[in-house]
Amino acid sequence: MRAWFKTGTPWIWLNAGAIALCLVMVIGVLGLILVQGGSHFWPGNLQTVQAKQLDGSEKLLLAELVRTEEVSAAVLKDSGVTLDAGQLVYPRHLLKVANRDMYGRDFAWFLDRDLANWQQPQDATVIERREWGHFFGFPQKLLERDQVVAEGAALWPELLTRITRANDIQDAISEIEKADIGRINNGLEQLRLERRKLELSGADAAQLSTYDQQAAQDRAELDAQYAELQQQLDALYADAKRDTLVMTSAEGTEISISLSNIVHAHQPNAMNLMQKLGHYGFAVWSFLSDDPREANTEGGIFPAIFGTVTMVILMSIIVTPFGVLAAIYLREYAKQGTVLKIIRISVYNLAGVPSIVYGVFGLGFFVYILGGNIDQLFYAESLPSPTFGTPGLFWASLTLALLTLPVVIVSTEEGLSRIPSTIRMGSLALGATKSETLWKVVVPLATPAMMTGLILAIARAAGEVAPLMLVGVVKLAPTLPVDGNFPFVHLDQKIMHLGFHVYDVGFQSPNVEASRPLLYATALVLVLLIVVLNMAAIQLRNKLREKYRSESD
Amino acid sequence: MQQTSVSTVSTVSPVSTVSPEPTQVTRSLLPSGEKRARLRKWRSFKDKVSQYGIAFAGISVVAAFATIFIYLFSEVGPIFSSADVEKQHSYPSASPQPLFSNLERYGEVGLVADAGGLLQFFDAKSGTAQQKVQLALPADATISSFARGEPRSGLIAFGLSNGQVLVAKHEYNLSYPNDKRKIVPVVTYPLGETPIQLDPQQQPILSLAVQEGPSGTAITAFTADGRLSYNLFEAKTDFLSDETTLVRTDYQLPEAPKTVRKMLVDTTLKNLFVADMDNKIHYYDISEPAAARYVEAVTAVAPGQQITALEFLVGSVSLIVGGSDGALSQWFLVRDEHNNFHLKHIRDFEQHPAAITQIEPEYSRKGFMAIDATGHLGIHYGTSARTLWLEPLAADIQPARLAISPINDSFLILDTKGQTHNFLLENAHPDVSWKAMWNEVWYEGRGEKDYIWQASSGSDEFEAKMSLVPLALGTLKAALFAMLFATPLAVMSALYTAYFMTPKLRGKVKPTIEIMAALPTVILGFLAGLWLAPFVENYLSAVFSILLLLPLMMLLAAWCYRYVPASLRNRIGLGWEVALLVPVIIAFIWLCVSLSPVIDTQFFNGSLRQWFTDNGITYDQRNALVVGIAMGFAVIPNIFSIAEDAIFNVPRHLTQGSLALGATPWQTMMGVVLPTASPGIFAAVMVGFGRAVGETMIVLMATGNSPVVNFNLFEGMRTLSANIAVELPETAVGSTHFRVLFLAALVLFVFTFVFNTLAEVIRQRLRQRFSNL
Repeated sequence: MRAWFKTGTPWIWLNAGAIALCLVMVIGVLGLILVQGGSHFWPGNLQTVQAKQLDGSEKLLLAELVRTEEVSAAVLKDSGVTLDAGQLVYPRHLLKVANRDMYGRDFAWFLDRDLANWQQPQDATVIERREWGHFFGFPQKLLERDQVVAEGAALWPELLTRITRANDIQDAISEIEKADIGRINNGLEQLRLERRKLELSGADAAQLSTYDQQAAQDRAELDAQYAELQQQLDALYADAKRDTLVMTSAEGTEISISLSNIVHAHQPNAMNLMQKLGHYGFAVWSFLSDDPREANTEGGIFPAIFGTVTMVILMSIIVTPFGVLAAIYLREYAKQGTVLKIIRISVYNLAGVPSIVYGVFGLGFFVYILGGNIDQLFYAESLPSPTFGTPGLFWASLTLALLTLPVVIVSTEEGLSRIPSTIRMGSLALGATKSETLWKVVVPLATPAMMTGLILAIARAAGEVAPLMLVGVVKLAPTLPVDGNFPFVHLDQKIMHLGFHVYDVGFQSPNVEASRPLLYATALVLVLLIVVLNMAAIQLRNKLREKYRSESD
Repeated sequence: MQQTSVSTVSTVSPVSTVSPEPTQVTRSLLPSGEKRARLRKWRSFKDKVSQYGIAFAGISVVAAFATIFIYLFSEVGPIFSSADVEKQHSYPSASPQPLFSNLERYGEVGLVADAGGLLQFFDAKSGTAQQKVQLALPADATISSFARGEPRSGLIAFGLSNGQVLVAKHEYNLSYPNDKRKIVPVVTYPLGETPIQLDPQQQPILSLAVQEGPSGTAITAFTADGRLSYNLFEAKTDFLSDETTLVRTDYQLPEAPKTVRKMLVDTTLKNLFVADMDNKIHYYDISEPAAARYVEAVTAVAPGQQITALEFLVGSVSLIVGGSDGALSQWFLVRDEHNNFHLKHIRDFEQHPAAITQIEPEYSRKGFMAIDATGHLGIHYGTSARTLWLEPLAADIQPARLAISPINDSFLILDTKGQTHNFLLENAHPDVSWKAMWNEVWYEGRGEKDYIWQASSGSDEFEAKMSLVPLALGTLKAALFAMLFATPLAVMSALYTAYFMTPKLRGKVKPTIEIMAALPTVILGFLAGLWLAPFVENYLSAVFSILLLLPLMMLLAAWCYRYVPASLRNRIGLGWEVALLVPVIIAFIWLCVSLSPVIDTQFFNGSLRQWFTDNGITYDQRNALVVGIAMGFAVIPNIFSIAEDAIFNVPRHLTQGSLALGATPWQTMMGVVLPTASPGIFAAVMVGFGRAVGETMIVLMATGNSPVVNFNLFEGMRTLSANIAVELPETAVGSTHFRVLFLAALVLFVFTFVFNTLAEVIRQRLRQRFSNL
């Protein structure tokens, strides 16, 4: 034994254990997110079960089994459960019972011994509602203006076609509300701002009154358009409320759900594998493309994806030229010496400065000082409500650009330094100027390094949340930062962000259990985005190394 | 160099025309000389543009980074600057013998009350009289004493020589006709417009105290024959008629002092403080007026000196005592172990050169100004114990009365020569000092000095507690536990990966660890808060068995591997231990987790977490253990990649030499590689520590964010960075709190910057050493 220890083998094994543990943790974390996030969209079967409640009464439940765990008797004793003597560990199940409007909560824990008679009825239906979350129950009949139109076997196909119709109407409504009415409101706001601008520029009463006359005409036109749209909307709303679905819950209570309140319906127990896969794909797609509902705890995350991507694109546009030029300056033009050495180390070290510090700087300097002055100069008419003097998309992008500049600089400089000096000499010897050598020989060769830097910067920016909480990300932005109104990209608008979405829903939401699967799904999207970007960067870097190895030989 | 040589060559060539022979034989394919000259110009122009453009961009990027540093400093700087005072206007006073003066919020209207019972409002900038109110005093009585309530209540009271008291209240009504501010001063009489016969024996009232409290208006009076009375006026509303009547109750207080300089009742109407003409403050407990108690007398100034001024700070908890020697000190009631309150000396302020004549508290902060007999003005602050200004006002001004504006931007001095002076005051951040941020401070209502961070509250009277110690310690605590978890794992991983692992596996492992570095911290924080924290709570015994026994398990696996047939071992080869250990680790973790309920029931009455609580160990679900694991996870890749780099770059001939001399791989590692690469490993640990210190999202989500001062593994903490993220969006721009948060950011910035720079310098020296070897 002692001899064995003397060879050092056990210590090598211990070191191997450390890296093995790291790998287990990484794979474990990725796997956890993948499984938890990916399984959210799978249509789990519904089961009826006879549950004994704390007061001893029996109740029939229709529920989805979420997870099972073992709990020790000591913990249960504190919650007032009468225990069987001798049994130390009890299995218990978390059931999703849905029907928040009836039961008050979507989820309930039950001990395994209190549940009996599990069954999977074929017609158990999941209704995804716009309000109050899911409804689990059995469809009874379909009403059109209080007249029964379908029952029994005919009900399900009829219901599906009518849900599609109701959803089309909903789409039309949101199209009008968001795009058309948004345009009219924008027009009215522009009129108000123009008048205020005129006032501020010191126009006299006569000029103002001529302007008012012109504006009145525009305003009347917009009002007329608005009235027309309102009429259309009223008609659509009335139409959407035409159909009603009557459902019964597990214990037999009848409840009517207007089809305008239904997003989707499916009967998981009656689905075969292909149908389930189809539903899975549909659920993933609507998660990626829908707006969030119910304080972000349901629906999709499209605005968050859109906001993240817009911000990252803007950031790339800012960071690429500055990062690359700064790196070229440091490597090719600046006088190499002690000062430059200090500057270079400082720039490199800025990559290690906590991101929250950049957020603080962004809020104080960009938002309050730069933004405040921009408002004074260019947006005086809309004061006191700030335009750029408040956190928004542009400041978020600029802060992130500053945060990721060191990454781009470091990577580009590394790329430049790897280019063999013989190539440079050759170009200069052929009579090219320094800039020609730079732009036509050196920079093209270093492009992959710059790309790597940019991708790493994007990956870092996409996952960064702390500074964004200060400079422009909100839990719910009413509109997207890009739309059909001039100037199309609204740099002053606040945006939603995937990372912040995770933080906000996970830690500020009242119903964490209900939103947990959604959180994992959001986290999965973010992780996938970043892992893919990083893989790309790693691949590029490896390719680059190979290339130079062969060229410099 | 290169560039100039190229250009000189090209300028020469057109002059020395090409040798005659080729021109005769073939026509030159080159463009004409003129064209070439133009092209050269254009090229050199492009060269210059490119040079200056790049220089501009490069310098502006460096400047932008420098701006961060400069800007943070510029935001933090004002916290530490002292006050500034500047005289604006002077004009004759409305009254030569002022009893009381006051300045309105916008510094536009002043008030002076004189011994004749005349209240005069005047324009504070020019002295123009605005409104005069003569109190209805009886013809045969004179004013013998004066008192005021909490400054913001505007309550003032006059005691008369016939035992009567008149209580008045001054207010400033604001209105905005035509968008212009209009201030109308008003005087009201909460206890009636005619004086009240407070003392039935009609003795002159020598001293008086008045205060509005939750149960009504309280008046304490000290009469010429040495009696101390307490009178409560409660407004009672009749349910039927809706009429309000004043109900008066009189109490006689025990053990009246012989002389009285000043009396004060606090706004809870529970405590009465009486300063005598000597050096004592007498404290009465009047929470039950009928059973009022004389508690104690404390000596508040140096022996042989007298108390010359006594005033509450805002909130009427702290007393500021001014002595005849110019000493200023703060006192308040502190609860002892028997639940009894005693008046305690809290702190001293910079001493004035002569007797304090007046103390004037600020309206909404725990600060005050004081004037003394030699004409010095002192600006002091309670919580931070700072003296921001202590100088004579001007050679010719001997102040008699002082009034501060409620927003602390100006003040009035009424001097003994009948002049009023209006001063501008700049005193934005007296409430923090470097000392108060890093030392224990005795806050109002606390039993002892303490480190507390509690920067805001709903009430104006709240004393902001801005000690950076809990946050700094929280930051260190989080970083420390993270490093405890991460350093051994990361360094050992680096040793193995760089030196023992087969290149094939290495090519897979390194990218995996790089992916680990790229995982957004918000995801790690979310998993730590919502998955790991409940998991650790439920399977606490499993977590401990994994942490303690996993290394033993690995050694056991190594021992067992010896007994694997040699043929199989040779087929697997060296450097594949990792692949063998992964299933062992997974199996062991699974075993621990599934055995956890059994361990709990066998040894800890069913739940280890409950067992901790029963044994007096606080256990929060989101605690330092969870943060340590989660943040450790986040810093492992940082440490790993730098350390691995350092080890991998140790020159091969060193290790090969060692192996050739007969050392085992492990001996080579310990004897040659580790000593050579140790600065690099140290640098890696420093970079990891820098990262852990600044990490925000993980600690924000995986701790309870409670600013506690301890190193308990099972309690949470609040770090500097999380504190910024939580509080900065909600603070007023430019406020002290805002600037202190900037200071926190600056501390983080400088700390990580210095740490990373040191690490970088170490690495560069190491690189040099390697190249020399």
